[in-house]
Amino acid sequence: MANLKTVEKKTKAQSMGMHTETLTGKTQQKFFNPDEAENFFYWGTYDVDFNKRTDLDVKDLDCKQANGKIDELMSQGYGTIVIKNPQGKHSLGVGILNKLNLIFEGSLGYFGVGSIDGPIVRVNGRVGWSCAENMMAGKVVIEKNAGSCFGAAIRGGDLICKGSVGARTGIDQKGGTIIIGGDAGAFTGFMMQRGRIVILGDVGINLGDSMYDGTIYVGGKIGSFGSDAIESPMTKDDIDWLKRKLKVAEIGENFDVSKMTKVVAGKKLWNYDALEPTEKKGAI
Amino acid sequence: MCGIAGLIHRGKSSNVGEELQHMLQALKHRGPDSTGYALYADNDGQNFILRFKVGENVGEGSTSVNEDESVYNERKKAVDKKLSELGALVVKEEKLTPYSYRYEIKFDKDLMEFSKAIESIQSVEILSIGKSLELIKDLGDATVVSERYGLSKLQGTHGIGHARMATESGVDIKSAHPFWGYPFADVSVVHNGQLTNYWNNRRVLENKGMRFMSECDSELIAVFLAERMRNGATLEEGMKESLSGLDGVFTYFVATKDSLGMAKDTMAAKPLVLYESDDLVAMGSEEIAIRSILPQEIDTYDPFDGEVKVWQT
Repeated sequence: MANLKTVEKKTKAQSMGMHTETLTGKTQQKFFNPDEAENFFYWGTYDVDFNKRTDLDVKDLDCKQANGKIDELMSQGYGTIVIKNPQGKHSLGVGILNKLNLIFEGSLGYFGVGSIDGPIVRVNGRVGWSCAENMMAGKVVIEKNAGSCFGAAIRGGDLICKGSVGARTGIDQKGGTIIIGGDAGAFTGFMMQRGRIVILGDVGINLGDSMYDGTIYVGGKIGSFGSDAIESPMTKDDIDWLKRKLKVAEIGENFDVSKMTKVVAGKKLWNYDALEPTEKKGAI
Repeated sequence: MCGIAGLIHRGKSSNVGEELQHMLQALKHRGPDSTGYALYADNDGQNFILRFKVGENVGEGSTSVNEDESVYNERKKAVDKKLSELGALVVKEEKLTPYSYRYEIKFDKDLMEFSKAIESIQSVEILSIGKSLELIKDLGDATVVSERYGLSKLQGTHGIGHARMATESGVDIKSAHPFWGYPFADVSVVHNGQLTNYWNNRRVLENKGMRFMSECDSELIAVFLAERMRNGATLEEGMKESLSGLDGVFTYFVATKDSLGMAKDTMAAKPLVLYESDDLVAMGSEEIAIRSILPQEIDTYDPFDGEVKVWQT
């Protein structure tokens, strides 16, 4: 990133990945002003201390109560929170917008850790449908299997499942990386727009159906290609990136990535490259 | 939306009535209109269990027309008369609600002709026939229906159930799941999803002599499988054929007197979570259904698209 103290306002904002457009009329909004960065407050976030650790048993709490408790603990500065007895409850750990070590000792239901922006999450169990939907940043590691729509519409961060996942993994993905240690179901990468999906095992039918952009790497067999998805040659950059990413993800370190199949969009959409350059930059 | 749940104990019996009640109650948010159970009980296997209704439940948000209870009694008398004419011997008779009955009968002739004769009586519907199948469905959540029919103490090997959110047909018992696999004893089906070629299939199957009692698309699955089995297919073969024969999105369970099966459409658009061990298989639309009977940490997974599985007791 450029030196924020010396560059021009517009460059400074762009470097920080912020919008600089000015809207008028009904859609007028107050955009982030980099000159006021010191006063910038990201609502709903807390300064936490990773060394301050606590357990939270959610056995007798519903999801709203459990999420309220997590919020309360973060407001008290707890940076490492271990959730006991999640027992497949839905929507746990959603909307966390700050750094946090969040550990679930058990399985989650639907929409677990959705819309997060920054935390490091480990689930020592399985997750249901739509895990980490709309995730913006951070890292999520699932030790067992995941349901369908894993990582739907994620914009950034690393989402890792060490087991197998259901259908439509990475549907509408807009950035970030999804890594699957096992197999993935049908319609993986459906309408994918940016980012990367890595599957070490087999994948079902209609892989990358209607994808706009982004890259999918498959280690095993492919059921079938979806409309607009085509195979592309692996490059040295792909192999280097995969090796590095799998090592960081602590999954498939010894996997022979050079034999993976690379899948990309076969159609170039009209004027698509002109859209949201900052997001595209983030995805790459 | 709807929620479905099923479980099978392998090599032993259990309190399946109570277990399925917990599983379906956990799925109440997916379908509050009606709840249905198909339980495979430890009956002696000597007699057929005939469950039938002579009218609808008109309370609890029902879309049915109110009828006088005396009408129900007249229909019940007509059923008794018809049973006598058919040569069926009623061994035991239970009135469960003003509109539903459970009979134990001795009968050794053709079940299809039997069913046609009984259902020729106006507004009478056979909910199930079988030697172990106890099919109960009514308006209300899992606990309400279980308490109304005294299911919590029912012992058996397996069962499937359904919590229904009425969409394409009315809030009534005839549209509630499970559906009996007419004319086969001990076959039942529950379904979550929508079938888009219902009417085309229905016309074809009706021309082949199969019967539909509701306009609920899910009934098609039971009739589709029954028709295949009637032509010699095994249950599993019929289920595999259903993946291409039925159009739409679906996850369904089917049970017979000694087996439980699941099928998921090729789009994998409807959820299913599965737990499998040496002595128990439990599955449901959401993991919380399984957790309601297995709160400890367990390994579960989502079956893939186009998957068909069948387990034996």
